[in-house]
Amino acid sequence: MSNKMIGADAILKVFEEEGVEVMFGFPGGSVIPIYDRLYHAVADGRFRHVLPRHEQGAAHMADGYARSTGRVGVCIATSGPGAMNLVTGIATAYMDSVPLVAITGQVKTTAIGKDSFQEADTWGVTIPITKHNYLVKNVADLPDIVREAFYIARSGRPGPVLIDIHSDVSAAECTFTERHIEQLRGYRPPVTVDQEAVRKAAEWISEAERPVLYIGGGVIASGACDLVKQLAEKANIAVVHTLMGKGGFPETHPLSFGMPGMHGTAYASYALNKAGLIIAIGARFDDRVTGDPSKFAVGARIIHIDVDAAELNKIKKADIAICGDARQVLEMLVPLVKPRSPGAWEAELEDYRARHPLRYETPSDGIAPQYVVEQLYKITGGEAIISTEVGQNQMWAAQYYKVDKPRHFLSSGGLGTMGYGFPAAIGAQVGNPDKVVWDIAGDGSIQMCIQELATCIQEKLPVKVAILNNCYLGMVRQWQDLFYEKRYSFVSICDVPDFVKLLDAYGGVGYKVSDPEDVAPAIEKAMEVDDRPCFIDFKVSKEENVFPMIPAGKSFDDLMLT
Amino acid sequence: MRHTISVLVENKPGVLARCAGLFARRGFNIDSLAVSVTENKAVSRITLTVAGDELTLDQICKQLDKLVDVIAVLDHTNDLVVERELCLCKVAASPQQRAEVIQICNIFRGECVDVGNGTLTFEVTGDEEKIDAFVRLMKEYGIKEMVRTGKVVVPRGMQPTQQ
Repeated sequence: MSNKMIGADAILKVFEEEGVEVMFGFPGGSVIPIYDRLYHAVADGRFRHVLPRHEQGAAHMADGYARSTGRVGVCIATSGPGAMNLVTGIATAYMDSVPLVAITGQVKTTAIGKDSFQEADTWGVTIPITKHNYLVKNVADLPDIVREAFYIARSGRPGPVLIDIHSDVSAAECTFTERHIEQLRGYRPPVTVDQEAVRKAAEWISEAERPVLYIGGGVIASGACDLVKQLAEKANIAVVHTLMGKGGFPETHPLSFGMPGMHGTAYASYALNKAGLIIAIGARFDDRVTGDPSKFAVGARIIHIDVDAAELNKIKKADIAICGDARQVLEMLVPLVKPRSPGAWEAELEDYRARHPLRYETPSDGIAPQYVVEQLYKITGGEAIISTEVGQNQMWAAQYYKVDKPRHFLSSGGLGTMGYGFPAAIGAQVGNPDKVVWDIAGDGSIQMCIQELATCIQEKLPVKVAILNNCYLGMVRQWQDLFYEKRYSFVSICDVPDFVKLLDAYGGVGYKVSDPEDVAPAIEKAMEVDDRPCFIDFKVSKEENVFPMIPAGKSFDDLMLT
Repeated sequence: MRHTISVLVENKPGVLARCAGLFARRGFNIDSLAVSVTENKAVSRITLTVAGDELTLDQICKQLDKLVDVIAVLDHTNDLVVERELCLCKVAASPQQRAEVIQICNIFRGECVDVGNGTLTFEVTGDEEKIDAFVRLMKEYGIKEMVRTGKVVVPRGMQPTQQ
């Protein structure tokens, strides 16, 4: 079948082929041809379109939608400033391997390179922050490029793909042919796995005396969580997860030791650093986990499983490196591993865990932020989709909200993007209308994309935000407290705005809580709001620090418990 | 240690920008880079010389290979290769010195391609060491201007270069 249509229609037709249901976009001059066709397509019920108030919001929403549903997120922006505003969101998705397709308008083919109105080199700017990107100059190429974009975004190690389209290309006529993208010459995600390496890995795991499983976001991306659980239970291996791997293994499971690293649990860092065998699956030995790589887990042999060959031997030399999709590798590996009983190492880990639990003191000057997260966990039954902003709020969320299921914890791990959490929560709510979605925020981060309140109102989304309000850019203040002799340089953000009034102005619901006794009732009230956003402004202890802490570039030996 | 790598890429606009940008942002040091067409008009070939240990080389190859427009990355560290570079070298030479300088050039099987008032321009091809040696000798006379293409290589015999 083939027929004539304009480029904009071809884009939407491929979206349908690829199963796109919703897109997050902000119109502008060079994408008007696309929006003109979208006008009809949305009216016909083919798509839902969510209009953010800033393009950064569009990218994070598409990201939150993608992480929480496992589908490819789609965002749209116009040329120049529109595309540039997407950049932070695309870079965030790139660092955390989130599949996105970003469509940007570009000035007309005749205007390119002339410093035209709203012209920016979107293609050039986004090369280093996309898995691949395109500038479409010929409408005949457009349908296949959109298909390729989806294929690249979701296969192998997922990531964002950007398509920059001249406005006259979107408006030009092409012949649309239905087609399936088979393979690209220069892009071949691994399909076969080194069986000999898997066999050897199974042998090492079966005979290991001090093993630990170290899982990352790759486990969730490949849908390998059930197999990780099988492996852990069969061989009785303690599991630690990265921030991105949170939910990849049930945190309420006795074998879960939580998150290691800079603000991880002491016992997760202990397990990783004292291990004799680390089985890394879909994790990349990020500096927030390893600190100084030369002092990290010095006594351990390493089995590293990753779909991205470039991650193998990048930070830590692997003794067995297996390039492949985590699910595919584990399907081969799990049956080969022999059951293993807990021994002295497991007893040592339990003992260490019992002696160094996560803990905090009850402060005298406000609510303990950790207590707020604990109450959120309790009242939501651990079932909510949690997004976080970045900083102390993120680390307390990671420490105190236990996640048992994949795709229920959304956080900017790699790029550390303040402002991510709220729009990501919006995207997650769009993709999961029946779920409770909470953004655990700080008073600093929440203000970076707070304009998306209007989006929530317009779309009637009951996204909930818990602001851990300490009137500081708390994580930077913590570093200044610990490492810069309390020189609090530009981290005080005073007590503005009045979030209750702000929510009122937007037409949402806002509560302020200053007394620990009111924490739970406020969360319960927020849970009842089902048609608009609700913020709770928790006045928390101003100078509470996140512990444990391994300072940047240091090692487990430098771990600070308090 | 220095390595020579051939990168076979799609002959599309911007591919060189993708590769060059990758080196800059990942902190890889490139000593020389040459780009050209190949026997297949849809494929271009980038020849690189890079400095670094084995792990750095491994990262360079893997990161390049991740680029969608990169078809294949060939590390020639363990290959027997034919390696060539071309150098155009403009040397200060008075009429009295001409014969002497041209004689040196002849030893290197180079050609004198331009004679000016007080200058001679030579074209020399060969491997890197040969050209280095030629340039070293020319420095004695005074090099006015010089340009080198960067190294290109092909493996000897029937070793496959195309995957």
